[in-house]
Amino acid sequence: MTPLSRRALLTAGVVAAGTSVVASAAALGRRLGLVPPDAAGIYGPGETLTYATHRLFGRHAMAREFPRGMISARPFANSVKDRDEAFLAHQAAGFTTWRLAVDGLIARPAALTLADLRAMAVSRQITEISCEEGWSYIAEWIGTPLSAVLEKAGVAPKARYVVYQSHDTGFWDSVDLDEARHPQTLLAWGMNGGELPVPFGGPLRMRVPRQLGYKSTKFVNRIVVTDSLAAFGTGKGSADAEAGYQWYAGI
Amino acid sequence: MSAPAVARRHAGFVRVTHWLTTLAFLALLVSGGEVLLSHPRFYWGETGNVEETPLFVIPVPSSRSTVPTGYDYVLPDQNGWSRYLHFQSAWLLALTGLAYLGAGLGSGHFRANLVPSSADLRWPAVRRAIAEHVRFPSAAVADAWSYNPLQRIAYLLVIFVLVPVVIWTGLAMSPGFTAIWPSTVTLLGGKQSARTLHFVVSVALTIFLLVHLAMLLLAGFMSRLRAMITGEAEVRP
Repeated sequence: MTPLSRRALLTAGVVAAGTSVVASAAALGRRLGLVPPDAAGIYGPGETLTYATHRLFGRHAMAREFPRGMISARPFANSVKDRDEAFLAHQAAGFTTWRLAVDGLIARPAALTLADLRAMAVSRQITEISCEEGWSYIAEWIGTPLSAVLEKAGVAPKARYVVYQSHDTGFWDSVDLDEARHPQTLLAWGMNGGELPVPFGGPLRMRVPRQLGYKSTKFVNRIVVTDSLAAFGTGKGSADAEAGYQWYAGI
Repeated sequence: MSAPAVARRHAGFVRVTHWLTTLAFLALLVSGGEVLLSHPRFYWGETGNVEETPLFVIPVPSSRSTVPTGYDYVLPDQNGWSRYLHFQSAWLLALTGLAYLGAGLGSGHFRANLVPSSADLRWPAVRRAIAEHVRFPSAAVADAWSYNPLQRIAYLLVIFVLVPVVIWTGLAMSPGFTAIWPSTVTLLGGKQSARTLHFVVSVALTIFLLVHLAMLLLAGFMSRLRAMITGEAEVRP
């Protein structure tokens, strides 16, 4: 056997072994919930590596919290797209008519008022919100842990994701159940000691401090528990992913 | 006329990792520059946004209307694919770097080819190397078979300082990664400090790339390119 053909044989063997290892790793990853919904396409390998690494090594990791003195004196609200007609009507009524719809794969669907949420559980955190553009600020976020709402709703065992929708026209997003049940993931209705101002997403925004700011959707009005994202939009898991942004924004 | 005699110059793992790194770095540079356009302002410390005083600004238009740049137009938003490409290329760079380090340590590559001898590090030797660089191309021909001390120092700086720091400062901006390992960002003085350092080190790496290309052009681009592809170089007469 010449050295060249031995090398060719070895290369073919390594490629074949590598391909089968990748294929079985992908199947195992899907079963363990380590493959993100936007994993199809040329950027799937990078996204899957990041998401799987964070889920394997940091499922319960806590986002950094800061002392009160580090709260940003001048937080930046950023611009929002058009809020829908229903939002403007709720705003005119001082949000007394506003409700958070909770449905999907749960035992007890509900339409919760802000008072319902406040009565359920209260959690406070001083965390940094980081925009994908590069800027950031620190604020105190006050809200009801999403886990408390899910607990009360009675999540079906086969559920995998929580989808959230918004009065911000066209905006919706989702997180896996690890993120949804994480103690720092809040349905935030307060900020820096007061009510959550409308420019910052009031009356209610999702707060996901382990991911970039675009996952902390403003004006949330509905959460849906599901076992599959296929029925939502094109199945990539969020309006951002459909617009070409990563679904998993923990980078 | 007979073909010139050739011999092995670069090991296989050096050539493969060199080109994978080239691919990753160019993708990181383009996508990183694109992401930078969405907020061409830099800060020091933990937080920074348009309400805060920047450390410095890059005088370019932005892809976001919320950034005050002084330009009256907004560039198209290209952050989606840029971010996907940036993080995928970062994985390629990091995994290639690990493979290179492993193979390099295993084969004695660093000691044999990159660590300068103590004699080379004395000032007269360094001064001679600089002087020889100024009198091109005589120095370049000699360098075809061994790196001179300036090259060795530059390569070691890139391999063991700049690339590790650019990966570290990149990870220190990630909210998910810093949740797992908070000291990666607190040691740098905060997320915005990490972002600023990431930019500065990226500029340093880009300068290295430009000097590297200039040296190749001066030393004989095609012969050096061939050596890094085939691994072979012409033996000195």
